[in-house]
Amino acid sequence: MKYYDEYRDGASARALVAELRKVVTRPMRIMEVCGSHTMAIFRNGIRSILPDGLELISGPGCPVCVTSASHMDAFIAMADRPGVRVAIFGDLFRVPGSRGSLANASSRGAKVDIVYSPIDALDLAARHPQDLVVFLGVGFETTTPTIAATILAARNRNISNFAVFATQKTVPPALTVLLEDPELQLNGLLCPGHVSAIIGAGAYIPFAEKYHIACVVAGFETTDLLTSLIMLAQQIGAGEARVENAYARAVSWEGNTRAQQMVAEIFEPCDTQWRGLGLIPGSGLKIREKYRDFDAEVRLHVTLPPADEPKGCRCGDILKGISNPRQCPLFGNRCTPASPVGPCMVSSEGTCAAFHKYGLEV
Amino acid sequence: MCLAIPMRVTEVHGSPEDFTTSQIAIVDADGISREVRLDVVDHWPSVGDYVIVHAGFAIHSLIEAEALKNLSLLKELAAQMPEELLS
Repeated sequence: MKYYDEYRDGASARALVAELRKVVTRPMRIMEVCGSHTMAIFRNGIRSILPDGLELISGPGCPVCVTSASHMDAFIAMADRPGVRVAIFGDLFRVPGSRGSLANASSRGAKVDIVYSPIDALDLAARHPQDLVVFLGVGFETTTPTIAATILAARNRNISNFAVFATQKTVPPALTVLLEDPELQLNGLLCPGHVSAIIGAGAYIPFAEKYHIACVVAGFETTDLLTSLIMLAQQIGAGEARVENAYARAVSWEGNTRAQQMVAEIFEPCDTQWRGLGLIPGSGLKIREKYRDFDAEVRLHVTLPPADEPKGCRCGDILKGISNPRQCPLFGNRCTPASPVGPCMVSSEGTCAAFHKYGLEV
Repeated sequence: MCLAIPMRVTEVHGSPEDFTTSQIAIVDADGISREVRLDVVDHWPSVGDYVIVHAGFAIHSLIEAEALKNLSLLKELAAQMPEELLS
């Protein structure tokens, strides 16, 4: 397949691994921010060929993992309301709140539908006029434009029994929190691929400048990841901190301005709670007043309940890169993919799920 | 969550300016064909172009020149990059 196979070529990968060994000349800590990168790095076996001195840390870039227990409880309460049908991405189904999950709600009779696209949730609303269909908006910059476009489509199609419970988040404010943390001591950021397709590689310039951290936007195939790690190691070795784009086929400097405009039309920034990172100013998105008819929180008078994080679960520290899953006392015994305690084990892109799937010793 | 692969456009419906029409493309990847929406795509694609699809929406259409830039970066870094990859 074009634009795909050429980035998975074995001979190129071997050459790049050799190059990577050459350029890692001193100890360095690099964070892969995005959960899809975490999975791709494990799947391609990249952790097993990393040269000594290069430490790769997984970041908070799994939207399901950073959804707060309070939001999960509100989602579950919403699903339990009579006359409401919630539509979700599949990853959210088994995530525990304080008491149970959407899966538990579904088994006691709540209407919970798993959809592939927000637009499928709108089609559900058209097919079930007696229900208020609420799409639970969980995601980062990649996903938010698809939700914005769905709200506009709902208005164009005059579908009034559709609303969104918006809890999407934006990545740059979370990066600020991480880079302000003296415990982390990062030298480089492997910047997300498809978040950057929307916000543009230029979005990382303030971080490179203010925190003197090397930033490289990376794709998801073997040679994409290796190329990006080499570029980061070269910068770090030379004491530089710039933004480079190693995923030019998908990411431009300014990003997808059409999607940015559509998001700005529907949403405005707000403060929101992240699991593990706490309240981050300006990191959430809420639906603008003009579109309040599609805002489930307004229509159903939602208040966010205070909630407890699961006891003993280290997801918070794992999302910040301070702990790795093996340091969590629950990992692999009380908390497994079949019976997860924390969100990092539930989501297929969670760091704990990745460690569990690809070997405990990595 | 944010993973997406390039898919080849086989049909384009609607126009980039008119949001009241259905802005839809039919795409194909390894013989699997599906419908994707073009509401938020950055550049309006033509038949034969590749788009990156996320949650049923094309979020980016690939431009040959950008893809070549990407490959030449690989070549720079991998001293023994096989020539045929660059053709």
